[in-house]
Amino acid sequence: MWAYIARRVLATIPVLAIVALVVFSILHVAPGDPAALIAGDQATPEQIAAIRGKLRLDLPLYQQFALWLGNALHGDLGTSIFSNRPVAALFLQRLEPTVALAVMTTIIAVLLAVPVGVLAAWRAGSLVDRGVMGVAVLGFAFPVFVVGYILIYVFAMKLKILPIQGYRPIADGFWPFLQHLVLPSLALGLSFMALIARITRASVLEVLGQDHIRTARAKGLPARRLLFDHALPNAAVPIVTIIGVGVALLLGGVVVTESVFAIPGVGRLVVDAILSRDYPVIQGVLLIFSLTYVVVNLIVDLVYVAIDPRIRY
Amino acid sequence: MKRIGLLGVAALAALFAFAAGPAGAQNKIVIRSVPIGNLKIVDPIWTTAYITRNHAYMVWDTLFALDADNKPQPQMVDTWNVSADKLTYTFTLRDGLKWHDGGAVTAADCVASLKRWGAKDGMGQALMGYTAALEPVDAKTFRLVLKQPIGFVIDALAKIDSNVPFMMPERIAKTDPNQQITEVIGSGPFRFVAEEWVPGSKVVYEKFKDYVPRKEPPSQAAGGKVVYVDRVESIYMPDHGVAMAALASGELDLHESPATDLLSLVEGNPDVVIVPNDKLGYQLFMALNHLYPPFDNKAVRQAVLWGLKQEEFLTAMTGDPKRFTVCAAVYGCGLPNESQAGTEPLLHPDPDKAKSLLQAAGALGAKIALMDQTDNDVHRAVLVAAQALRRMGFTVEVVAMDWSTLIQRRASKAPPEQGGWNVFLTNATVTGIANPLIHNFVKNCDQAWYGWACDPRIVEAGRQWALETDPAKQRQLIDELQRLHMENVTYVPLGMYRPTIIYRKELSGIIPAPAIFYWNIKKKI
Repeated sequence: MWAYIARRVLATIPVLAIVALVVFSILHVAPGDPAALIAGDQATPEQIAAIRGKLRLDLPLYQQFALWLGNALHGDLGTSIFSNRPVAALFLQRLEPTVALAVMTTIIAVLLAVPVGVLAAWRAGSLVDRGVMGVAVLGFAFPVFVVGYILIYVFAMKLKILPIQGYRPIADGFWPFLQHLVLPSLALGLSFMALIARITRASVLEVLGQDHIRTARAKGLPARRLLFDHALPNAAVPIVTIIGVGVALLLGGVVVTESVFAIPGVGRLVVDAILSRDYPVIQGVLLIFSLTYVVVNLIVDLVYVAIDPRIRY
Repeated sequence: MKRIGLLGVAALAALFAFAAGPAGAQNKIVIRSVPIGNLKIVDPIWTTAYITRNHAYMVWDTLFALDADNKPQPQMVDTWNVSADKLTYTFTLRDGLKWHDGGAVTAADCVASLKRWGAKDGMGQALMGYTAALEPVDAKTFRLVLKQPIGFVIDALAKIDSNVPFMMPERIAKTDPNQQITEVIGSGPFRFVAEEWVPGSKVVYEKFKDYVPRKEPPSQAAGGKVVYVDRVESIYMPDHGVAMAALASGELDLHESPATDLLSLVEGNPDVVIVPNDKLGYQLFMALNHLYPPFDNKAVRQAVLWGLKQEEFLTAMTGDPKRFTVCAAVYGCGLPNESQAGTEPLLHPDPDKAKSLLQAAGALGAKIALMDQTDNDVHRAVLVAAQALRRMGFTVEVVAMDWSTLIQRRASKAPPEQGGWNVFLTNATVTGIANPLIHNFVKNCDQAWYGWACDPRIVEAGRQWALETDPAKQRQLIDELQRLHMENVTYVPLGMYRPTIIYRKELSGIIPAPAIFYWNIKKKI
């Protein structure tokens, strides 16, 4: 097991190197001039060139990449060319809202979607099953911002029981923190729930058709024990996979939700950086995202071992 | 079981302890507002971005400032005089001026700040070009010695638009002007709370208790800057609809630039006030590339003037005729340098005449590349421009891109079909184009802005205006400049429009100005 983990960790290095190179290349091939954006509309070409020089954006690309890579290998992801703040500090500042939103969304989605998916599989072909799957399709079909607007209209503007926008850190109090997360988590969670419910249904349905379940049913096992002690653990691998992928995507930032609810998360940080061509921020944060995906995938693989004793590395 | 019970009680207690939240902040008067953009750059000398200028007005102060009549008034300066030969200006600072870190504001700080500003700003560069010496005399007095008399020293020091000559501590002002400062320490009415700044999302300012306001009532950027609130939280919200809803429900107090097409969401709401706070607003304009066909031909450029209806553009920008002014004056309407020379084509458009002029010039059907910044408000006007240019008889290719790409591409002198361009639109604050020295967009020849217009007569007339001290002769030069700009079509002014602000009725005392000034604002709790 430890050898497996070590191999996976080592395999991360070339992955990150390729990501770094690809992102850097794409950024510098794409049009846009951060120096001109910084200088503003009234600046002369000489002033823009002077800023470009100070930011070392006039160096040959291979030199810019080498400088950045050298610093990254020492743990320095660079400094935002706009705010002059370390990329790592900017990322950490935005991390809490994103993690909070991801965790809350995942909890809501998993707690609701897994039982619903199991129920749909147990009652496959029935009205319950069709109803659940119908709602799941709606969950995919509605864009997140539409769901967000509806939730804001109903719960914040009409019923006035939740705030419309914003994020309050947990240090400001648990209830304000929770209140500000409910609506964005529901908006984001709807499509995630739909996905988990569908995967759960499909996976449990397949397991329910297997011999050991028929045997357990023949032996008179109650339905609840049959489903949750026998069927669900055997169906868990694809469910865990999809939850893992979903969490990685959530941690990567969900910019639409963050924009609608004015949450200062990582998604908005990256999009703002892309629009303004803040190269160090884009490169640094995407590198962190890549590392996150790799780590989450590793955790998912290790969870497989915990839930399915047949899987060993 | 006991242990579980005790643990449960402890957990609940911790939850409730967290639940309460910090009590201190609840007793403060706080204004929560949505700014015009997201603040990522804090240095108002390094960038001309308006969001940075607005932020700078909170934390820094100026030697002079423009009042509501756009006349310069002393601000940090207490007294000043000019020698009989008009070469030496001596300024003495007011008593009690302090930096946010406690130090006293000195003449040396002002000298360093002016030098840094003068290295970057167009008007500042012009001033420094005529300056023989700029030096402190004592702790509160400094002297500016000119090489020859000029008429714009105080106007320059009172400049209201980017780059505004803000005063900074000497150690900060000695930063290379092409590098951003690393500290935000000013002497203005608010102090910047660095530890709460989330670049691109939230900026927090707190009242600077040691600020000494002038005794006069506030008047645009001049007069007494008395602060009646404890704190201002400026929260950037990309979703305009949600921002409107938040303001209507009381979660926000003020929105500095609401989307005009969403104003109907709050119109009729008795708790919300909608006003155009800046009586001058912005000038929309069209830049033509003078280097390549068809706009390398003056006759074609002049034809364009006849073919554009300003109302169409301005309606697209504001939707409400009460919020725009048809105006073809290069230096803005309603300002001292307003001139109507040569404005007939723009004020009395005739698309048929434009078409026949194009035909006579052999440019009917000419292909033009019109750049379209789709992530920017001016995008609406670009679509109107495409239609208007087609109506005239051009074959228009609308090249969609984001603003960042546009500002890179407009600097290209390549032919339009090889990555260059023929036309783009943008805007500028009217206060930022009010005279030939600050209006960078119509500079010509060596100093030409994008479009690269070049008429040496314009350069000479501008130089004469800067040196002229007789107001009557300055007036004549302005008329001449206006006429020449229209004749050569340096650019195409497309009128003025005033953006609105919206705020809760609990607020009062908002000063009409190009930026929202948070002094003088009171909030009823």
